[in-house]
Amino acid sequence: MSRNFDILKINRMASLRRQWTNRLMLALLFVAVVIAVLPLLMVFKHILVMGLPSLNWDFVTALPGPTGQIGGGMANAILGSFVMILIAAVISVPFGMAAGVFLSEYGDGKFGQFVDVVVDLVASLPSILIGLFVYSILVLPYKTFSALAGAVSLSLIMLPVVIKSTKEVMQLIPNQVREAGLALGLSRWRVIVSILVKGQIASILTGVMLAIARAAGETAPLLLTAFGNRNWLHSLTEPTASLPVQIYNYAISPYEDWHRQAWAGAFVLVALVFSLNIFSRLVVRMQRGIR
Amino acid sequence: MSLLEKFLSAKRKHEVRKSDLVFSFVLLAASSLIIVLFLAFFVFLIRQSLPVWKTYGLHFVFSSEWDPNTNEFGALPFISGTLFTSLFALLISVPVAVGAALFLTELAPKWIRVSFGFLIEMLAAIPSVVYGLWGIFVLVPIVREQIQPFFQYTLGYFSFFTGPPLGIGVFSASLILAIMILPTIAGISREIFLTVPIVNREAALSLGATRWEAIRLGVLQAALPGVVSAIIMGLGRALGETMAVTMLIGNRPEVVQSLFKPGATMASVIANEYPEASSDMHLAAMAAIGLVLFFVSLLVNTLAKIIVNRSKARLVRAE
Repeated sequence: MSRNFDILKINRMASLRRQWTNRLMLALLFVAVVIAVLPLLMVFKHILVMGLPSLNWDFVTALPGPTGQIGGGMANAILGSFVMILIAAVISVPFGMAAGVFLSEYGDGKFGQFVDVVVDLVASLPSILIGLFVYSILVLPYKTFSALAGAVSLSLIMLPVVIKSTKEVMQLIPNQVREAGLALGLSRWRVIVSILVKGQIASILTGVMLAIARAAGETAPLLLTAFGNRNWLHSLTEPTASLPVQIYNYAISPYEDWHRQAWAGAFVLVALVFSLNIFSRLVVRMQRGIR
Repeated sequence: MSLLEKFLSAKRKHEVRKSDLVFSFVLLAASSLIIVLFLAFFVFLIRQSLPVWKTYGLHFVFSSEWDPNTNEFGALPFISGTLFTSLFALLISVPVAVGAALFLTELAPKWIRVSFGFLIEMLAAIPSVVYGLWGIFVLVPIVREQIQPFFQYTLGYFSFFTGPPLGIGVFSASLILAIMILPTIAGISREIFLTVPIVNREAALSLGATRWEAIRLGVLQAALPGVVSAIIMGLGRALGETMAVTMLIGNRPEVVQSLFKPGATMASVIANEYPEASSDMHLAAMAAIGLVLFFVSLLVNTLAKIIVNRSKARLVRAE
């Protein structure tokens, strides 16, 4: 039986204009993604091509040479960065973890909300303003730039990151775990310390790693607090070189050799930051796999 | 119940263990630290900048004279620099970022989505000074030799496009800023797009929409508040960005008049002049600029949070 569906003939095809708009917009979206990824690939390529050849043993062990002369390295900058980040972590991690745990376990009231707001506020502060603050309390009164001031400014940058990541990690733990601990007769602090924090310590340390990665790349606050030094770090109350500041100083200098060294420094810095980031992602993925 | 209420209302002693009390207040003290630090920050900023407000008053914000040697200080060049570079960076970055996010969530096969998504997130991890380094030696020559001549040949009649063939200037700084805020905007947009229920797209397609129309009607419209908040977060990041901008903007304290002339932003002038500030008034002027930057950044970030909360509330109500 052949039915006559003529009266039901519906033109299901979109108009030509709509079809072409469709093709154009989809193509533009593809172009957008290519444009988005292009700068990253270019930056990678240049860091590799211009930084890797300059990376030799000399670079990592030697001090900067006299101005304008070819040669020398960034050993003191690498050490300076390492020391300042270490001190910053020692300051910010205990306070940050404590505050993060507080916000997650006791943070329901008005005070908790207030702390939340302030943490978000500090996290969004331009880092140069943090440098300004530490300058006025640790550099100006003592009339000297110092590694300590640099470390304090880095700790201020790390603090909100550690607080937020710790809080988020702890909030993910289901309440049953807490109730189980309490049901076993443990006091509340025992539950928090020995069960919750201990269980999530890997994720919490991941947050710390990301905070370190962030602090490692910060230049502006160090410009105002640790300033820079062409020699080894002798004491914490002296101006100190750091990797990002050294890269900055060399990049804006007029010397070709220093430009080359700046690229090498950038390679070291990016390698460090990337490995921290990728490592923390792997840890998160492993934890998820175990669960 | 808040902590205090809980402890105050514990009727019997053994309802609250002493160790728990001590522990919770230790945590509370640690949390108070960040509040104390923030307040100290605010107080010091105001104290350092007080001489400027006493001498110049609000006129400081509107004056465009900046000469440390003659004690003339006006913040307008830097405010205009910050606003211009940030907004121009948004102009370039938003279409690319939102488009990329849309492509990755709607059109890309899984392997592209994962790898490109990872690449874009890695963009965010690169330190600002490395972007500045790359900018000086790669971007600036491109701007100087290809982009700037192109604009000046076609649109050079307008004073907005005039400027010396340096490569360094407002345009390069805005470009690097656009690259730096792209992962922020793209990342948040991606999360927003993923929360839009699939039904929206399917409904549009079943009504005969083309693929793009389904995306536009089904996803973009619903996600608009979230995308707006992503844009504002990008703006917040752009406002505070220091190193890459300092290295590319030329550091000339004059109000932005043309795309290719050097300029300065609030963050860049602090980074440049602070370590070698010549007089107390100079230092105070820097702190005053810092205060203005702080308020602008505060305003933008609070705005972003309000929009996020409002869109979350709307989503909850819709259910």
